[in-house]
Amino acid sequence: MRYLPLTDDDRKAMLDAVGVASVDDLFRDVPDSARGGEPTDLPDHASEMAVERTLSAMARKNVTGQDAASFLGCGAYRHHVPASLDYIIQRGEFLTAYTPYQPEIAQGTLQYLYEFQTQVSMMTGLPVANASMYDGATACAEACAMAIRVTKRDRVLLSGGLHPHYTATTETFLKHTSAEVEALGPNPLAVEDLVGRVDSRTACVVVQNPDFFGHLKDLTTLADACHEVGALLVVAVAEPLSLGLVNPPGEMGADIVVAEGQSLATPTNFGGPGVGLFATREKFMRQMPGRLCGETVDEDGRRGFVLTLSTREQHIRREKATSNICTNSGLIALAFTVHMTLLGEAGFTGLAEVNHATAVRLAEKLEQIKGVKVIPSAFFNEFAVRLPKDATEVVDKLADKGILAGVPAARFWPEYEELADVMMVAATELNDEAAIDAYVAALKEVL
Amino acid sequence: MTMWFTKDHEWVRVEDGNTATVGITHYAQEQLGDVVFVELPEVGRSLAKGEEAAVVESVKAASEVYSPVAGEVVAFNKDLPDAPGTVNTSPENEGWFYQLKLDGDPDTSDLMDQAAYDDYVASL
Amino acid sequence: MPEGMNPMDAMQGANSPTVTGNKGLQVEEPLIFEMDSPGKSAVDLPPAPETAGGDRLGGLKRKGRVGLPGLSEPEVVRHYTRLSQKNYGIDTGFFPLGSCTMKHNPRLNEKLARLSGFSDVHPFQPTKTVQGALELIDTLADWLKRMTGMPAVAMSPAAGAHGELAGMLAIRAALEARGDARSIVLVPESAHGTNPATAAAVGYKVRSIPANDAGRVDVDALKDALGPDVAAFMITNPNTCGLFERDMVEISAACHEAGALVYMDGANYNAIMGRVKIADLGVDAMHINLHKTFSTPHGGGGPGSGPTVLSDALAPFAPLPFVVKQDSGWHLVEHEADPACKGAGKTPFGRMKGYHGQFGVFVRALSYMMSMGGDGLRQASDDAVLNANYLMAKLSDVLTPSFEGPTMHEALFDDRFLKDTGVSTLDFSKALIDEGFHPMTMYFPLVVHGALLMEPTETESRQTLDVFITAVRALAEKARSGQAKEYFAAAPHLTPRRRLDETRAARKPVLRWTAPEATADA
Repeated sequence: MRYLPLTDDDRKAMLDAVGVASVDDLFRDVPDSARGGEPTDLPDHASEMAVERTLSAMARKNVTGQDAASFLGCGAYRHHVPASLDYIIQRGEFLTAYTPYQPEIAQGTLQYLYEFQTQVSMMTGLPVANASMYDGATACAEACAMAIRVTKRDRVLLSGGLHPHYTATTETFLKHTSAEVEALGPNPLAVEDLVGRVDSRTACVVVQNPDFFGHLKDLTTLADACHEVGALLVVAVAEPLSLGLVNPPGEMGADIVVAEGQSLATPTNFGGPGVGLFATREKFMRQMPGRLCGETVDEDGRRGFVLTLSTREQHIRREKATSNICTNSGLIALAFTVHMTLLGEAGFTGLAEVNHATAVRLAEKLEQIKGVKVIPSAFFNEFAVRLPKDATEVVDKLADKGILAGVPAARFWPEYEELADVMMVAATELNDEAAIDAYVAALKEVL
Repeated sequence: MTMWFTKDHEWVRVEDGNTATVGITHYAQEQLGDVVFVELPEVGRSLAKGEEAAVVESVKAASEVYSPVAGEVVAFNKDLPDAPGTVNTSPENEGWFYQLKLDGDPDTSDLMDQAAYDDYVASL
Repeated sequence: MPEGMNPMDAMQGANSPTVTGNKGLQVEEPLIFEMDSPGKSAVDLPPAPETAGGDRLGGLKRKGRVGLPGLSEPEVVRHYTRLSQKNYGIDTGFFPLGSCTMKHNPRLNEKLARLSGFSDVHPFQPTKTVQGALELIDTLADWLKRMTGMPAVAMSPAAGAHGELAGMLAIRAALEARGDARSIVLVPESAHGTNPATAAAVGYKVRSIPANDAGRVDVDALKDALGPDVAAFMITNPNTCGLFERDMVEISAACHEAGALVYMDGANYNAIMGRVKIADLGVDAMHINLHKTFSTPHGGGGPGSGPTVLSDALAPFAPLPFVVKQDSGWHLVEHEADPACKGAGKTPFGRMKGYHGQFGVFVRALSYMMSMGGDGLRQASDDAVLNANYLMAKLSDVLTPSFEGPTMHEALFDDRFLKDTGVSTLDFSKALIDEGFHPMTMYFPLVVHGALLMEPTETESRQTLDVFITAVRALAEKARSGQAKEYFAAAPHLTPRRRLDETRAARKPVLRWTAPEATADA
């Protein structure tokens, strides 16, 4: 067993040192009725070769973004991951480290978290960011819980343009609090009246930008309406690459910005793990959930970094903590920060431009197909389209032709018949002209 | 002017029969270590006896401050947020937390005077 | 950085023996923001395609710069390589951090998770194109159920505390379905902070149960506390003192008798995974930290994964989504309206996160479990427990063990051995860093004074343990000599940074870099 260094001789010598005859004696506190829990119905240990064979066979049963032209988004985006990024995050000192509780031997982790917080702050246009949450959906839920703490109010209003998984996760998190969550129905045309629903009981309004159907919106009016009655505006960003090209939510008046960082960090990985980004205004710093890394000096006066403000957290505050979160998403935060560093200002804004232009190109071609309508007038790299046929059937048929054409809205709202012909389509730098043409040709065939 | 103490290491000084000042004791600041943050009650808030009134935090610990007496908050120590270390250097003077307007004679039946508190700390 | 200092000054410090502040292979490294060459990028992009009608940003185009620095690829690679060299990982050396199960992270796991058939798969592809991914989730679920003997498992929780939340939400849903949510959750005083934080997040009041002199739950106190208002008891087993809760079966029975459910925190499952079936302990829910027990990397603080096994009483309430095997293949249930949900008598309490769980972590965990097999997982538990007892046996005469053994996966000592030396648990632990070891967990659990909690795991060879034992013994003698108080107080001496000023960090938090000009303006 290649992962176990003890030999039988070692074990014998060690049992002698402990003063017991067999390892069974060390388990003598286990009640008799709970003994005999050996996993005897599981296969025995296996070689690298054998495990690789078994799991590779499972992997081959999936259609990948390399096998098919992929135009899928809805909060998980397929972007090029630079080779140096994957090399860096596999360095053992990053990969196999624990949470940096011993700062003298964790400056590597702490410095990249500080760089990460700075980048997130810059991108979102808000002055402070934490060291990451599990993902965008849980970050959204935590933002609502924080808004409730800050405002001491209990009404939460969720836009119908919010990712349905973010909505559902927020509802789950707040289910057993005093909060009252009003989640508006799906809103493909972006016509809902949020301003009219904000009142003095509102803790926060949550909107996504670009929203789930692709609409890019100016949020300043909504932000003003929230602030007028003392409510907070929470903005969720499912595609953070958009921040390279679009006004940051902080500048539009957002009080908290949450985002899913996967698109700039990792392949889509069937949806996980991701990394939740979380930024807010300075005055709410002590109400934030999750870990924070801060700058300080060591005994010799040299700059260094530590986890700080930890009295907000569960290991000190227990049932009064701002959140029960303990683990964050450190390694994916590293991947995110390395990618942002590789890109730099020019690369980040340039990549955003390529994405937008590619999506516009695709939209222009799709609009030429009879009966196909691109719904949002302003979007980034993703938009909803209305088809002359049932979207689930179209997606299904195109999958057989090697094209992952979009995500049918019915996947999220099977009960809304009026959404049966709507699907969401995303385009990134990985969709070249040939893929776009193949997509358009195949779509024409099945319509 | 009389000073009273709680088992949770808050002190209260009744100034002129009508106003009371509240803080944490020397012993409390010593147990906490370097104080890094203090959250104080807003002026106008009315506090019941034993109600959670403030929070004091060090690097590794956070502790609630419970009001030793009832009354309405008339002032808080504006210097503390910027200089929380004052709680360590002068816990029973400049490091005061907040002032209350008392409703009448404060209920001190469960509070200790200086001598009783000193004995209590010595027993810990 | 203090005003008026340049980055080089900040790194050099007062006592640097070198011009640069570097010490051989320990190289000082600025922040990326201090390495900016505007316009540079380490990524060459494809040209943007031409569009007929210009942009469609609706006038919302960003006006200002983001502020990101420009670097080339070699600069970026060197920057992060140098940062990595300031870190200690399980690849670097012995990491006896109690309660954290720092075991070897096999590279086979990393290789397999990167197969394009796993990594380059989108969560919203038609399910007929992701049969292998669903099969993997179902296979891992099957292994976890067989290991624990439990009938169901919620796969989506993202980490241990998130799994606790799933378990407690299931408990609350089951009680509400019975018409009685109750209001109190009992937690032992030795519990990890996530337990009370989770109970509070699910709307429960928390009551603490004391430990007895043997470091275990005081069963009489628990029985006294049980009553018609108690929803659940959250217990860690093996507990945070490293001890098996001998009365676990009786505890579960007493809880069930009183109408309460039992949540077992699985943080320490590594000790018993191949020895005890969780179902035999009468438990209703337990999360499994795949990033502890099943070797997936901690990654400097995540991502984790916390599948939560559930009893028959809780299984119907498991969160969405979940995978079921049907005649036509694997099916992903994403809605309550799905016939495989309601039709099958399931009433999920909701959704825990986006998408379908920490899939990339699942691949790694299954790779490890298949590599170890049933026999290897049992041996791993045996070796982990043997290693901890070996440390206990070899250190008991110089340190002060808190409780009588045998211990399970970790050895707990308190600071009585440091009495009157002027050396604290913190000082002692920091001195171990200079000896090349990661310190043990300090000051946890809270039930003993100045705790030192060591968890060696099965990863460590006898040789490694012997070197560690030699170092700890020597340091203990040094501390007790009474001559080395200053040495310990100033430790570590040889690390890239010495002790950091945490008070300063917390009093005036600086949580991001700001351009020096901006500071001057402000």
